Amino acid sequence: MGREGEVATQVLRAFERENSGLRVRVEKLPWSAAHEKMLTAFAGDATPDIAQMGNTWLAEFVALDALEPLDPRIRGSRQVDLADYDSGIVDTNLLDGRQYGVPWYVDTRVLFYRRDLLAQAGYASPPHDWDEWMGMLDAIKRRVGPERYALLLPLNEYEPMVALWLQQGEPLLRDGGRWGNFRSQGFARTLRFYLAMYERRLAPPVTHNEIANVWNEFARGYFSFYISGPWQIGEFKRRLPPELQSAWMTAPLPGPGGPGASIAGGSSLAIFRRSPRKAAAWKLVEFLSRPQVQQQFYRLTGNLPARRSAWADAGLAQDPHARAFRDQLERVRPVPQVPEWERIATELRLVMEKVVRGDIKANAVAAELDARADRILEKRRWMLDRKVHG
Amino acid sequence: MKPSRAGWLFVAPALMAIAVFFVVPVAAALLMSATDFDIYALADLRNVRFVGLGNYLQLLQTPLFWRALLNTLFFVVVGVPLSIGMSLGTALLLHSPLVRFRGFYRTALFAPVVTTLAAVAVVWVFLLHTRYGLLNYGLSWLGLHPVDWLGDPHWAMPSIVLLSVWKNFGYNMIILLAGLQAIPGELYEAAQLDGAGPGALFRYVTVPALAPMLLMVSILTMAGHFQIFAEPYVMTQGGPAERTVTVLYLMYENGFKWWSLGSASAVAFVLFLFMLGFSLLQGRLTRSAAFS
Repeated sequence: MGREGEVATQVLRAFERENSGLRVRVEKLPWSAAHEKMLTAFAGDATPDIAQMGNTWLAEFVALDALEPLDPRIRGSRQVDLADYDSGIVDTNLLDGRQYGVPWYVDTRVLFYRRDLLAQAGYASPPHDWDEWMGMLDAIKRRVGPERYALLLPLNEYEPMVALWLQQGEPLLRDGGRWGNFRSQGFARTLRFYLAMYERRLAPPVTHNEIANVWNEFARGYFSFYISGPWQIGEFKRRLPPELQSAWMTAPLPGPGGPGASIAGGSSLAIFRRSPRKAAAWKLVEFLSRPQVQQQFYRLTGNLPARRSAWADAGLAQDPHARAFRDQLERVRPVPQVPEWERIATELRLVMEKVVRGDIKANAVAAELDARADRILEKRRWMLDRKVHG
Repeated sequence: MKPSRAGWLFVAPALMAIAVFFVVPVAAALLMSATDFDIYALADLRNVRFVGLGNYLQLLQTPLFWRALLNTLFFVVVGVPLSIGMSLGTALLLHSPLVRFRGFYRTALFAPVVTTLAAVAVVWVFLLHTRYGLLNYGLSWLGLHPVDWLGDPHWAMPSIVLLSVWKNFGYNMIILLAGLQAIPGELYEAAQLDGAGPGALFRYVTVPALAPMLLMVSILTMAGHFQIFAEPYVMTQGGPAERTVTVLYLMYENGFKWWSLGSASAVAFVLFLFMLGFSLLQGRLTRSAAFS
């Protein structure tokens, strides 16, 4: 998908040379249409043998019974060793005690920040916890005045809020994913912290639409902190002017009391149940899981390899911007593994936007979100209950 | 063979195509709208529950549905007259004997219709940008405060209307221009001999002669406006604060993003009923206007 699809043919040539009988046909999909296309492929009985899957999609495809559990193959494999992966990432592929995918590359959210602006505000290093972070944001805001801000927290993204909530260490859904858990203390804390960013005018109440060009605004100092993922490393290097290249850095996400957790994201490789060529597909999974191949993929796409041993690669080990990701990956947690999660997270985003715009009162948020989540999960509860009784 | 049977035989291929590609899908969608067909049903048909009118009742209780309906009605009520007025105005200008380089203007004004919306949207996002946009630059010249066109919940839908009118008026303009050119010049001459001024000429010659075309144009434009989807999809993704979520956009999200095909089908039928109602109303209004 996306850039991965473009370089796949190049990487797979070596695989075809090793396995002279096998030919890999790559179907490239843009990320924006990939999920839809895969579901349509399932409905139309046209699933591929093996596919790159967003970690958060697996629950949905497992609910469809579309994927092959990989545990026996992993146990019998000399190439794929799950101990070489970050446990938070491996967990995203683990559903009902079965492993449905092998992590391919990883993705999480960290802080991108302007070192120079932070230094001007009197801080030499990035924040470790929420209090320290809030202090820095206040200090920066005092310096830049009403026209500029300290942090970009776009209203059309739910990932930052979800990452901050995951730091609280409580489940985001209750009772095996049957009910929403928004009326919890952890969510209340997250909500207070998140809303303070807008109330103190530390973050502009805007969406990506109004920013138009994040890199230009970052270069202009419109904001100093931004929560984003590994793909931005390459973008920042490419798009920020040369004189700013030494002025930006990445840092792990600060937590309520010391370094905090973040979202376990990324892509995995999964094999479809209907595939008649599972053994060959598994060979391809093993090939793509080799540390050398993962390093080659990193060089071609900038995607961070899932295997820890692949990080020994010279380019990656020496990249100071990747270091925060390595550190953060030790503390990543998966989002709830239910097919409805994406929809619930979208409701979270919509409600948060309304709170920031003043359409919903802050003290009504938790009950409203629980009501929305519980309605979305109704079918799931029915399915689970029927499984128990039937 | 009886002539009537021969007739049926001749239209049979067309009827079959209509049955397969129209009647069957519509009937299936109607059936689906009475179920909770979703991703679980895709896995196993035993997971489908029959809910009767449940989807419709649920829809009526969803604030977002009413929001979407309101947004869509705003777009129709403001956008349709504006769009047709713009088309008629430019068509009249182009028809005027005083205009030179008519071919050039006709092409230039028609050009937005044939450009790709996705590309146009990118340009418009920049034109409407709060801090760097040309539109706000113009406002600042007039000494007015900048408007957050796409980010302010109050301005987002008007901005979409603006884009849509600019993008689409050329199409109706061409149709109305053809209509204007078909009006015999003798009618104008006769009216002028009777002492009619420009206003009276427009009111008593142009408008009645153009009426059938205006009716067709307004029904088609209204049907098109009810189905607004692409503009908010590429410009605002339904935001800010759900102010640009339209009925069709809601259907798309329910059906193809969340895969709740049952409730998406229900949205589709509600939209159909609305369009049917408005078209009937429009037809009746124009007919009574024509007889009066």
